[in-house]
Amino acid sequence: MNAGLLLLLLAGLGALGFLAGRARALSLVRGDARGLHSLPGYYGQTVALFAVVPAFLLLLGWLLLQPVLVERSITAMILPADIASGSSRELVMADVRRIAEGMERLVATGALNEGELAALVPQPDLLKDRLSAAGVALAAPIQPHIAEAATAWRAEMALGQGLMALSVLAVAVTGFLWSLWRVAPGFRARNVVERFIRWMLIAASSIAILTTIGIIFSLVFESWHFFQLYPARDFFLSLTWSPKFGGGSDLGIWPLLWGTLYVSFIALLVAVPVGLMAAIYLSEYATPALRAVAKPAIEVLAGIPSIVYGLFALMTVGPFLRDWFARPMGLGDSSSSVMTAGVVMGIMLIPYVSSLSDDIINAVPQSLRDGSYGLGATQSETIRQVVFPAALPGIVGAILMAASRAIGETMIVVLGAGAAARLDLNPFEAMTTVTVKIVSQLTGDTEFASPETLVAFALGLTLFVFTLGLNILALGIVRKYREQYE
Amino acid sequence: MTDLSAAAPSSSPHHRGGASLIAPDARTQARNAAERRFRRFGLSAVLLGLVALVVLLASVLGNGVSAFRQTYVILPVTLEASVLDKAGNRNPDEMKKVTTLGYGKLMQEALIAALAERGIDTGDLKPKEIMALLSKEAPADLRDAVLADPSLIGQSIAFPAFATSRVDGYFKGRVTMDSAARDANISPAQLQLADAMRAAGLIETRLNPGFLTRPDASELRPEAAGLGVAILGSAYMMLVVLVLSLPIGVAASIYLEELAPKNRWTDLIEINIANLAAVPSIVFGILALALFINIAGLPQSAPIVGGLVLTLMTLPTIIIATRASLKAVPPSIRDAALGVGASRMQTIFHHVLPLAMPGILTGTILGLARALGESAPLLLIGMVAFVRDFPAAPPAGFFDPASALPVQVYSWTQRADPAFAERASGAIIVLLVFLLSMNALAILLRRRFERRW
Repeated sequence: MNAGLLLLLLAGLGALGFLAGRARALSLVRGDARGLHSLPGYYGQTVALFAVVPAFLLLLGWLLLQPVLVERSITAMILPADIASGSSRELVMADVRRIAEGMERLVATGALNEGELAALVPQPDLLKDRLSAAGVALAAPIQPHIAEAATAWRAEMALGQGLMALSVLAVAVTGFLWSLWRVAPGFRARNVVERFIRWMLIAASSIAILTTIGIIFSLVFESWHFFQLYPARDFFLSLTWSPKFGGGSDLGIWPLLWGTLYVSFIALLVAVPVGLMAAIYLSEYATPALRAVAKPAIEVLAGIPSIVYGLFALMTVGPFLRDWFARPMGLGDSSSSVMTAGVVMGIMLIPYVSSLSDDIINAVPQSLRDGSYGLGATQSETIRQVVFPAALPGIVGAILMAASRAIGETMIVVLGAGAAARLDLNPFEAMTTVTVKIVSQLTGDTEFASPETLVAFALGLTLFVFTLGLNILALGIVRKYREQYE
Repeated sequence: MTDLSAAAPSSSPHHRGGASLIAPDARTQARNAAERRFRRFGLSAVLLGLVALVVLLASVLGNGVSAFRQTYVILPVTLEASVLDKAGNRNPDEMKKVTTLGYGKLMQEALIAALAERGIDTGDLKPKEIMALLSKEAPADLRDAVLADPSLIGQSIAFPAFATSRVDGYFKGRVTMDSAARDANISPAQLQLADAMRAAGLIETRLNPGFLTRPDASELRPEAAGLGVAILGSAYMMLVVLVLSLPIGVAASIYLEELAPKNRWTDLIEINIANLAAVPSIVFGILALALFINIAGLPQSAPIVGGLVLTLMTLPTIIIATRASLKAVPPSIRDAALGVGASRMQTIFHHVLPLAMPGILTGTILGLARALGESAPLLLIGMVAFVRDFPAAPPAGFFDPASALPVQVYSWTQRADPAFAERASGAIIVLLVFLLSMNALAILLRRRFERRW
């Protein structure tokens, strides 16, 4: 019985529970709802909630845990002798999984029945032929022991599925009967339902914490894996990045970090003056009509997906910068460059800087401006010498937030900055960033066995720490500043 | 300043420079110039932002609009029953035995016959080179059309077959005679023939609905590539995001805004939500790869995984919007409900939530629009894979491999043929149209239902 069918059953049970609970409550008081503590619907809701929710949570947990547990027990079956030289336990496990999936497909399409399949297991060559006929191509010949492991995998998975269906249904029916039994005229059904819902609301709001834990767990766990295969000292101190999938690669983070910071720096060089001046103009000078048009139009820039900016960098800005600046100045011949990515990213960041600064400038009390005007200062002098210093902490916060966004931005640099890791000062040269390398090391690869793929997690951890630090700093500055005027 | 003081002669010995109050002195002039300069800087910054927006949109539109039109060879072809259905019983299962090669041969003969009939001089082009004007996908398309409607057999039809991307590019100005001379895939002679065929009405450029409905095509057939799978995949993901993030986001906001006591736990939740909104999207991709694919064993490239990541990314947006609209419901509503004896939960679910619903929906739509354009995390969960088959209907289809609109753009930019660059821009237009309509819907909802107390 699969999960979809189980879900459907649970939904049916819930609906039935509502009707049954309601009917039982009413029948206990002979149809006179005044004899009940709560409205009749609440009795129905208790039954439905207790029948569905615990069973549903069990189902979810089971679906998450079962593959992990099965994998662990099968991994234990693999003997050191099964692991060919140059291979690893993970690669053998991948084979086991694929064989098991192929067997599943053979049975599902009716090509073989279970008995025939069991007979095939001791004959690996025959099995391999049948599998490749079903679309599962395997490189190496199957060892008998591996075929057995795959069979055991299938058996355990099937057993798990059966047990899951059984236990989920048992929990659902138990909850159903128990809460139906609890229904009585004096039973405080509304309070029970409300407490139950309250817990569900708390659970929903805790998902944010779970997500953070998930991120940190997955990053730290796999990075730790990486540092067991590759010395941390080389990762943090080496100045070259040259991954070789055959092994013996140099995975120093500095060229990537340099590219990231260089691109972000150029982006901020574009975004901060433009964004800040735009914010000042729109909040201090612009007529209401201009403001009503220009502010939303600039904010449209923030709503455009980054892939659009990436394509803009690749097809328009890159060739333009190459033909009009890099080539005439003899600085390079590459259309993807730090400059391309930086300028485009700067455009993307303009609205972040401008709308945040706009809010902050507007929050500066009018009395400060009036005082300055009273002393005879012009409007620009007031802005530069009174409003700007008063708003400075908030503006710094806004810039830091923009910087954190620049560091974490992916699509623009993937399409605009290039893939060559180098430490260079020439902004018209292609360089690469942390995010580009995360994408290129992980795309299409899920067997995390080599340092070349695992390094992406260490890079991700670095990125996460960087952006988190910047954000916390920015939030702290902004919050401190807000307290000043409230 | 009064008339009296302005009219008074500035004979005071304390007056610096001896200048009048009407004619500004040098220092005032400098200060006024600085003022004007500052203003101009501000205005030019605003204009720069607007120009950037216009250039960005114009460049994408300019590059992409042509992707919606395609060059077709209108091929008059007689579908001979003796070739396509030897048994003669119009049984699709038996007709499937005729491969695309058989159809290709039929089309080649039809094409040469059509050229001869119109008296078009083919020069010394070989039949194979003439056939090369047609897309490699064309025979398969004809075969699909015949298998879908066996009654076509025996008839003479004018079949619109895709022209190859070079011919298409020639009529769109992307390919020139010069570039063709250097191109192994096309020769100037072939382009001259294409010109003659266009004059004879055998080739025409028209709207290509296949761009929106067909699946992706291989590296060598850009003319046949479409967005069908990507649009469907994106729709599936949006469905998952909507179904998960709306209830979870609303539940979380209700708790935080209406019920939560001020304690460490709720503080922790608040800080987490603020931080999650700022975590780079690629990090969510790493989370999905490690958690959903590696540990939970969900399939790669599946819309369900994409939907789950995008849900996690959208949640903070939805929570922030929902809390704002819950906060906008005036406390008097709550007080009135509590005053007539409603419980806390009844107050929220019967009164506050319905009043806040328009704001919540607006926020959700904006969150969805953001999720629709997100591509970085989807790259990591394998959505860049080449997918030609449409995913099945939900719910099984949620686990089938699919692509997504922004990711399709990315994978098209990674291909060598310049025809794919045009299609990538076209796909961006489709994406932007979706985003625009979602935003318009949100604005409409706000205008229609927003209440001010």
